[in-house]
Amino acid sequence: MKTLLMKNRYLILRRFTQVSVMALYIIANVYGINILMGNLSSSMFLGLVPLSDPYAVMQMFAAGAILTFDVIIGALIIMIFYAIVGGRVFCSWVCPVNIITDLANYLRRTLGFNQIQKKQPASRNIRYWVIALSVIISFILGITAFEFISPISMVHRGLIFGLGLGWAAMLIIFLFDLFVLKNGWCGHICPLGGFYSLVGKFSLIRVKHDADKCTACMKCKEVCPEMQVLHMVAKESKPVLSGECTNCARCIEVCDDDALIFSIRNKKNGEKNEIN
Amino acid sequence: MSNINPHEKKQKLKKEMKSNVTKKEPISSRRRFFLDMGRAVGLATLGGLTWSAYVDEVSASKLTLRPPGALKEEDFLATCIKCGMCVEACPFDTLSLAKPGDNKPLGTPYFIPREIPCYMCPDIPCVPVCPTGALDIMSLKSDKKELDINQADMGLAVIDDENCIAFWGIQCDACYRACPILGEAITIEYEKNERTGKHSFMKPVVHSDTCTGCGLCERACVTEKAAIFVLPREIALGHAGNYYIKGWDKDDEKRLSETVSTEGQETKKGKSALDTLNSGMEDLY
Repeated sequence: MKTLLMKNRYLILRRFTQVSVMALYIIANVYGINILMGNLSSSMFLGLVPLSDPYAVMQMFAAGAILTFDVIIGALIIMIFYAIVGGRVFCSWVCPVNIITDLANYLRRTLGFNQIQKKQPASRNIRYWVIALSVIISFILGITAFEFISPISMVHRGLIFGLGLGWAAMLIIFLFDLFVLKNGWCGHICPLGGFYSLVGKFSLIRVKHDADKCTACMKCKEVCPEMQVLHMVAKESKPVLSGECTNCARCIEVCDDDALIFSIRNKKNGEKNEIN
Repeated sequence: MSNINPHEKKQKLKKEMKSNVTKKEPISSRRRFFLDMGRAVGLATLGGLTWSAYVDEVSASKLTLRPPGALKEEDFLATCIKCGMCVEACPFDTLSLAKPGDNKPLGTPYFIPREIPCYMCPDIPCVPVCPTGALDIMSLKSDKKELDINQADMGLAVIDDENCIAFWGIQCDACYRACPILGEAITIEYEKNERTGKHSFMKPVVHSDTCTGCGLCERACVTEKAAIFVLPREIALGHAGNYYIKGWDKDDEKRLSETVSTEGQETKKGKSALDTLNSGMEDLY
């Protein structure tokens, strides 16, 4: 039992933060307990601190909206926070879609779909193209392009304000990730994930690999939703430097050899050669 | 071609096969780069057009009633971040965020007056919480810089006078009584009922300059489906244009001073009247 807890400590913590963030929004809407008002697009923390989705604000800017002081400050706070702790911490610690895609990914592994479909015929750079497209479409049509189709918003908005047919969006993502493309939504297409990959490019909290301890069992690569970021496993001792790492810490948990740990980037432990 | 001997034919075939084989050799990295780029651009165009078509379609719904102080619909769609804080602030649960399946621009706030109208709170709680200014507090301030919900412009009530029972001659003033700007946004006009000869019609009339579109009248309407209902102003109002002017109204003439003359420009582009008459009238049909 204790080992099961230890083996899933970060997973449990992540689910806890994901559920509690949504719960705070829901109690604000339903009971008027305004700790965190709004939703993941824009919120008000303790009635004082504005928080805004910087990617949505970017689209608003492209669409020609006049940005208020509040959204600019809100977007900056979010940007700075994720630029420090790791951009895609949003993806694995806050975003509710992560729960859906993690489930699809889990079923893929346990049921064996990964064995019958080994190659993933899509580039993980699609997300950056989607970012560019969203900005262009926002500019041309004068509306926030991704916010009108975002399944992420459909899910968190749906949980807080009523789902409507939003369950269909959840099911589409689930089936897509399960049967079409491994890590399809979060790891290939989602422009918000792509945006946060760029935001967190120089973030401080990093997973660090110790090749001396590694036994090359490759469990970490199997669970990792962005396994290209673990290219150094069993080869070199260095931190995971890609912004695409979501800091979900699954690799740390599944490693039986303590070859992966959280560390602070640029720590003076003789890692000069690893900093790009 | 038929006089080529079989041997030659065979050799030719072999040659062709060989050239086919060479075609299958790996393409140069330069060529690969251009192919990759072309493919990416092509796929992006495909995705972009599909995406644009969808977004353009869903944002084309013009029948959405917005909270007080909302910017013009096109600016509103660019500015609203879809956070729902106006929805949370509304004490009457009037506002909702458009869900998938509501057939409205996704995530934007709206209200359906027949279900829950806007009760026009004097402190307008839904507007100051808007973080983006999609709900503009300045548009709801009176000349004295005080909040004034009567400045709101959510829509305009329209009466279907064929189904309004007051127009039948039955006495009903439910909408008139429900109106929060009683006696200004809706007035009652009296008219003799020729059918009975001794009764009068008491017809409600909406005045577009004071009506805020709150929908309390629509909510109060006694007919099975409301005979008075709120529409967005762009839908409810016509536009006389610059060809017609109230000559008896000095203020109305001012409209003309702001217009730009386009006289003469249109006729130059088309054919002259003589050309049309000489053409045998074909292009008139």
